[in-house]
Amino acid sequence: MSAFTDTSARPGLHTPSDPYRLGHGGGGGHGGHPSPTGHGEGGPASKRVIVGYGFWIYLLSDIVMFSAFFSAYAVLSGETAGGPSSQDLFDRSRVAIETGFLLASSFTCGMAAVATSVRNHLWTQVFLLITGLLGLAFILLEVQEFREMIDNGAGPDRSAFLSSFFAVVGLHGLHVSAGLLWLGTMMAQVFVKGFRPNVLRRLLCFNLFWHALDIIWVALFSVVYLMGVV
Amino acid sequence: MADDPGDFDRTEGDLAPGVMDASHGNVRDSVIGYLMGLGAAVILTIGSFYISTTNQLWGPGVPVGLIVLAIAQIGVHLVFFLHITTDPDNTNNIMALAFGILIVVLLVAGTVWIVYEMHQNMMQMNDVSDTMKM
Repeated sequence: MSAFTDTSARPGLHTPSDPYRLGHGGGGGHGGHPSPTGHGEGGPASKRVIVGYGFWIYLLSDIVMFSAFFSAYAVLSGETAGGPSSQDLFDRSRVAIETGFLLASSFTCGMAAVATSVRNHLWTQVFLLITGLLGLAFILLEVQEFREMIDNGAGPDRSAFLSSFFAVVGLHGLHVSAGLLWLGTMMAQVFVKGFRPNVLRRLLCFNLFWHALDIIWVALFSVVYLMGVV
Repeated sequence: MADDPGDFDRTEGDLAPGVMDASHGNVRDSVIGYLMGLGAAVILTIGSFYISTTNQLWGPGVPVGLIVLAIAQIGVHLVFFLHITTDPDNTNNIMALAFGILIVVLLVAGTVWIVYEMHQNMMQMNDVSDTMKM
């Protein structure tokens, strides 16, 4: 305890000698100080807010990485080296189905968060399962697309356009696959551990991750697929 | 203390992205929020696919329309799904988002601009060498 905390040692002073209470609430205080300096008005934010902020920073760094892949695609999309171009390759109806699966899974993921907020085990698990199945269907469609393209001689080694295409779409697919692993882990943790605060924070981060993947897919289907077939 | 259960029940003005709004436990309002987001996203997606197929629009305008619709849909996702809002505890998230957008715009626009200019210059040099040969 700091020596400055005892302002009552100077009776008669209208303003305390430590008006900003610098002697209070030192060192990451989660204590009950009414106005600890340097932590904003309400004291340090709750762990949930801080975890959400930290994960949001990670997601933004991920989006910055994707923007580099998008830039590569944007400048290389015309460099087909005499090979197939985007008009020859992209199947708009499959992209529409993929988009539907991913958007629906984003919605069911939100529904799982609602079920979690009222601590309902059954519906949390049901909606997480639906989210996972929709994500799996998305990944299978994408794998099928990649296989067809590679079998038809339009693999990533064919041209700079196809290299950048496989890089940016494949990177998103890897993220979704990692998200599916994470989702399975979270279902197991909710089942075994229940709604403990740390499990709830992990569910929060998973929700953010899954919605961010949908945001990246919006950019993907708009810039890569739809602009490619215009 | 980190795993203090009470930590998670602080709800008033205490929201990170992805966390339900202050009506903690009000399932109906939360579901309505997600349904609104889903509806807006579906409409914007259908719009994107429609303008890329139709012949009713001026061709060079279609990519611009696709970008506008994509940005609108990203905004819908941020607000309704990630819950990036204007409440005090979201200030840091908003600032981080602003910085992220700055970096993304600089990176993408800068790359496209620079490579486009290089492309133009190299084409001119080819033209010049072609004319010099003649």
